[in-house]
Amino acid sequence: MLAVQILIDGFAISALYALGALGFTLIFGVSGVLNLAHGAILVTSAMVAWYVGTDSGGGAFTGAAAGVAAGVVTAFVTYGLVVRPIQRSKAIPGVERELFVLTGTLLWGVMIQILLADVFTTTPITVEQLVSGTIDIFGVRTAANEVFIAVVSWAVLGLLWLLVNRTPAGRRLLAASINPRALTLVGVELDHVHLLAWGIYGVIAGIAGVLLGSFLGTSSAYIPALTGTAFAIVVLGGLGSVSGTVIAAYVVGYLETLTAYLVSPSWRAVPALILLLAVLYFRPQGILGRR
Amino acid sequence: MRLFLLCSRAPPLPPLLRLPALTLHRSWSASPHRWRPFGAAIANGAKLAVADINAKGGVDGRPLQLVIEDDQASSASAVSSFQRMVKQDHVVAVVGNWISEVALALEPWATRLHEPYLITGAASNDISAYVHKDYAERKYTFHAYFPSAFLAAGVCAASHDVLSTELNMKTAVIISEDAAWTKPLDTSLNQCLPDSGLQVLKEIRFAPDTTDFTPIFQQAESLNPDVIISGWAHVGVQPTVQWANQKVPLALAGINAQAGSSAFWKATNGATEGVATLNVAAPDVATTPLTIPFTNEYIKAYGVTPAYSAYTTYDAIYVLAAAIERANSTAPDAVVSALEKTDYVGTQGRLQFLGPDSQFTHALRFGPGFVTGVVIQWQNGVQKCIWPLNLANAKPEFPGFVKLPKLASAN
Repeated sequence: MLAVQILIDGFAISALYALGALGFTLIFGVSGVLNLAHGAILVTSAMVAWYVGTDSGGGAFTGAAAGVAAGVVTAFVTYGLVVRPIQRSKAIPGVERELFVLTGTLLWGVMIQILLADVFTTTPITVEQLVSGTIDIFGVRTAANEVFIAVVSWAVLGLLWLLVNRTPAGRRLLAASINPRALTLVGVELDHVHLLAWGIYGVIAGIAGVLLGSFLGTSSAYIPALTGTAFAIVVLGGLGSVSGTVIAAYVVGYLETLTAYLVSPSWRAVPALILLLAVLYFRPQGILGRR
Repeated sequence: MRLFLLCSRAPPLPPLLRLPALTLHRSWSASPHRWRPFGAAIANGAKLAVADINAKGGVDGRPLQLVIEDDQASSASAVSSFQRMVKQDHVVAVVGNWISEVALALEPWATRLHEPYLITGAASNDISAYVHKDYAERKYTFHAYFPSAFLAAGVCAASHDVLSTELNMKTAVIISEDAAWTKPLDTSLNQCLPDSGLQVLKEIRFAPDTTDFTPIFQQAESLNPDVIISGWAHVGVQPTVQWANQKVPLALAGINAQAGSSAFWKATNGATEGVATLNVAAPDVATTPLTIPFTNEYIKAYGVTPAYSAYTTYDAIYVLAAAIERANSTAPDAVVSALEKTDYVGTQGRLQFLGPDSQFTHALRFGPGFVTGVVIQWQNGVQKCIWPLNLANAKPEFPGFVKLPKLASAN
């Protein structure tokens, strides 16, 4: 019984972690950007979903749609206002560009956090669930929302795989991640590829933000922790590797769930952090890292 | 150097009070405390009290001046704020703080600087124990809220009257966030719940940054208790929402401090339906003649019902103003001895401070006839009062998924 509980609970939370970190690794893989405003984009989506769905009474579906739209808008604004100007600036030496992008997105994330705190306060809120009720799985009463989250997360992962492997636009994304210079040589405008990547990133982050907000709640104060968790999972999986990210999300999710059930809920995060340290020490490229 | 006294003429006067209480922007990593409204409620309650007192002519004909400072939920910032206020601004007293860890860090400074300090939101037993241990030196701190032991006493009295007697509940699991205020709370609950008719099956403590409460609820449910007694203030939204979403079949009572504010309904999408929590006062319940007028004034000004720390701070400012008036002085020792003679009916009940003989020196006198707290329960989107029974305006009601014990029908 306990084993089934751990399996189910761990599966849902891991799927959510995978989705939450997916966009982060995608944008690194395609454009080499470590977007430290990631948590801010997740929380913006969730906050907008709550504002439209609950506070203004728009309903769960309208709220969720608005949340995803907010994710896309924030992603494009992040790219257009912060990342692109730094990448194109002639004043910044090439070798330092990544560092500037890193700092730029970090500060941008802090700005969004302060703005959200000002508009919505730091009071935690929860996004209304799209499905309610509970489902009995092998005798374990499970919130239908958890099942829904797992299904949506895997559907998004599947769609991303199809997009990357089966469509021309997706192949360009893949090519940009492997050899951007060659891509420009065959006549592809790298800017368009980056714009597409940030668009996809916005959708994924928007969905992840709304789902996170409906399961775990959200607040502007959660932003640094969300960025941190996504970063940790992506480092564990190997920077830029989508499948590595999914594996790492499941490792972290199950490790946390096992600890919470078998040791103590107070110790939940500890073993995963120790594992992260160990990976950084013994296998710095991560589980499926390319370097 | 109390400039307040030296100014014999009209305003502007130097600040009389300062609140190192607001917590506006906090970093997740530096602090697990994320609930801003308790700090905002302290500031709001103080603003209303000062406005009301000044509208009635101030203290001895002079208006009070209030300066508010945000301690960022950090002991270090709070200490530097405290020092700045006392040494540079020469404030007469400091009021506020809802985090025990911060309040405990400020107490030695109240002692060293001989500054009257009224704590209106933090609950640790150590706050008044500190004063008790060396009363002569440390008499400047007053605990104008309930120590955890009194909170536990309130929960146990309500558990006896409502959960045990009325609903026939017999067993409980305590689920508390790991914080300074819940340690003595849990100790007291473990002692007094059995006397109230509830056997404690287990005490589960969790880290305040926990986000997934499924394992905790599963563990509680596997023990098959009748009720969960919560000890939550830093957390609230997530466990409440997950309790409802997962349809955990256990009643949820105890202290769920965030549920004391009306904003909690929207924050949880209504998941708080059926949640019961001990609070200092309830909207629409005239604990004293002042409760409802204050609640209405607060709602009009801020759009939400007052959180507990708004009631306590509003009362504390009145108590302080009355003490200064009685003492006819703002000298610290005079204010302290006037505060000790407080006998004032505020929004929460009749307020008196316990003397040096009590182990809870300078905490509010607790019990029938003084302050007892009230238990509010969310019913159909509004906060109803279900305890004390003489003030209750509703019977306890729980959502359909909560399994209630069969009522003893034979008697």
